Amino acid sequence: MQRYLLTRVVQSLFLLLGVLIVVFFLVRLTGDPTSLMVAKEAPAEQREAFREAMGFNRPLIVQFLDFGAGILRGDFGDSLHFRQPALELILERLPATFYLATVALLLAIVIAITIGIIGGSNPGSAIDSLGRALGLFGQTIPNFWLALILILIFAVNLGWFPSFGRDTSISVVLPAVALGFGSMGQLVRLTRSAVLEIRNEDYIRTARSKGISQFKIGARHVFRNASLALVSVISIQYSYLLGGSIYIETIFSWPGLGNLLQQAVDGRDFPLVQAIAFFISFFVIALTLLTDVAYALIDPRIRYSS
Amino acid sequence: MEPILQVRDMVTRFYSVDGVVHAINGVNFDLYEGETLAVVGESGSGKSVTMMSIVNLIPQPPGKVEGGQAIFSYGEMAQDLLQLSEDEIRHVRGGQIGFIFQDPISSLNPTMTIGSQIAESMTEHLGFSASEARSKTVELLRNVGIPDSERRFNAYPHHFSGGMRQRVMIAIAVACRPKIVIADEPTTALDVTVQAQIVDLVKRLQEQMGVAVVWITHDLGVVAGLADRVLVMYGGTVVESAPVDNLYEDPRHPYTIGLLKAIPRLDATGEAETEELEVIEGVPPDLYQELTLCPFAPRCGYAFDRCWAEVPPLIEVGVQHGAACFYDVERGGPRNGS
Repeated sequence: MQRYLLTRVVQSLFLLLGVLIVVFFLVRLTGDPTSLMVAKEAPAEQREAFREAMGFNRPLIVQFLDFGAGILRGDFGDSLHFRQPALELILERLPATFYLATVALLLAIVIAITIGIIGGSNPGSAIDSLGRALGLFGQTIPNFWLALILILIFAVNLGWFPSFGRDTSISVVLPAVALGFGSMGQLVRLTRSAVLEIRNEDYIRTARSKGISQFKIGARHVFRNASLALVSVISIQYSYLLGGSIYIETIFSWPGLGNLLQQAVDGRDFPLVQAIAFFISFFVIALTLLTDVAYALIDPRIRYSS
Repeated sequence: MEPILQVRDMVTRFYSVDGVVHAINGVNFDLYEGETLAVVGESGSGKSVTMMSIVNLIPQPPGKVEGGQAIFSYGEMAQDLLQLSEDEIRHVRGGQIGFIFQDPISSLNPTMTIGSQIAESMTEHLGFSASEARSKTVELLRNVGIPDSERRFNAYPHHFSGGMRQRVMIAIAVACRPKIVIADEPTTALDVTVQAQIVDLVKRLQEQMGVAVVWITHDLGVVAGLADRVLVMYGGTVVESAPVDNLYEDPRHPYTIGLLKAIPRLDATGEAETEELEVIEGVPPDLYQELTLCPFAPRCGYAFDRCWAEVPPLIEVGVQHGAACFYDVERGGPRNGS
């Protein structure tokens, strides 16, 4: 188990280095990023001054080492637009994005797994039909469209929830539903099919032959094995929700990272874009690592091999 | 001696999309305390479905037990298992009737320790605390021949070989000291050398605990060394029921006779050594049809008009010996009154 963990941590560090390289060189694909960051009509002296200030006139390898060393110190450079360190801006916005993604994911998990397990255990029942409908709509309805419809019904017509911002405790409801609906659809389908499959396994028959109650069979035997399939998808969904909430944060003016990224891209604020890209990649890698640990905890067969 | 299990006229059907499968068509048998009853027959003859039907283990839907009785009696108690609700029957299952299944690889939950899989039914049926169940489980693991049982409690199924896993299955089956253990082809998936060990283990536990064992198999060799009595099944019915020696020496049903002639003998000498094995011509009955005739009639050399018109009941042909056949093979003609 410890060896397995160590291997995975080392692999993740290499992956992070790879991300660093990609983020660094993407901006320099044209050779000199000055032309990307400074307006076309700016005079030559101003360009030169900018190049000097950003250190773009130094050798590439020196720039990269400097960039890497900066990140190790927590220095991601300054935002061109906001004129303050990119890290500060990100840390300021991060909690809102985490909060939104986590609420969306929990909402999706609780509803999807409940419906998926009950439906999968009783194929053809009303709950099963509901689950299948959710699965279909969750995966086919685009979230930006759903967001607009939710605003129309629940904010404009009924007035139950605010349509934008993060000023009240219920502000999170509409963006979380819009954001998590797709994940919910996928999780319902996955839970249902995993339960359907596991119900027919020989070890479930053994569990039944032991005379333990339906509930315990569901909780101990079916769910634990079904969760193997769910863990990896939940983690992918979470990283998708963290990184992919740009539309939803923009539509609902949610003060999060996605919203900031949208502003940064609009304003050609490259240091900020770089920093956000690096942060989101960092979370995805960290999540993947956590997933593998969770896997090993659930499935003893993974723990001991490798 | 009173039987602890009396099964009468049990009927089980499966309602599939292609039609109704008549899996069990009126099965009758008794099981006595502490005995070993072998149930033999080819695939689809209803061996497993019979035993699963008794304790409500067949998949429902599509399966349904549609008639009959299964009277389970111990001490003063007697109850018809087929009339119990799922919540009542599940305490019989695991508590009074244990199961050993064919494939020990797939029959154990890969994500639970073997110890907790054994202890689970003790806490459920015997009301043991977790620590009581644990110490009983360790004792039981030792008893089924798993060395270093204290440590092995926390092992997972994939740490074990097939034979060891089957020992774990056996421990699960006898965990609550049941009255009956149903072993559904427990040696089929194992190496021949391991098979013998498993047979010996079940025999030893049976003597220790006085449990009755129903051994479902299609291996007539295992039957000869193990069983007290034998049920031969064909087409969802019991065609012959006899003490094991009678069955081998004096089979009375044409199907049993055919089966025994199809077994190669290592001790054959002289002419018999070079004789070809006989085969039973024809194919097993179509279970989509409702049974209105002797299920073996289409393949039987002795069949006469009555065999095509009605289903023969189990007719007493000797002490504890019954055969579901209208033809008297001993006398060489239709049975008296037929």
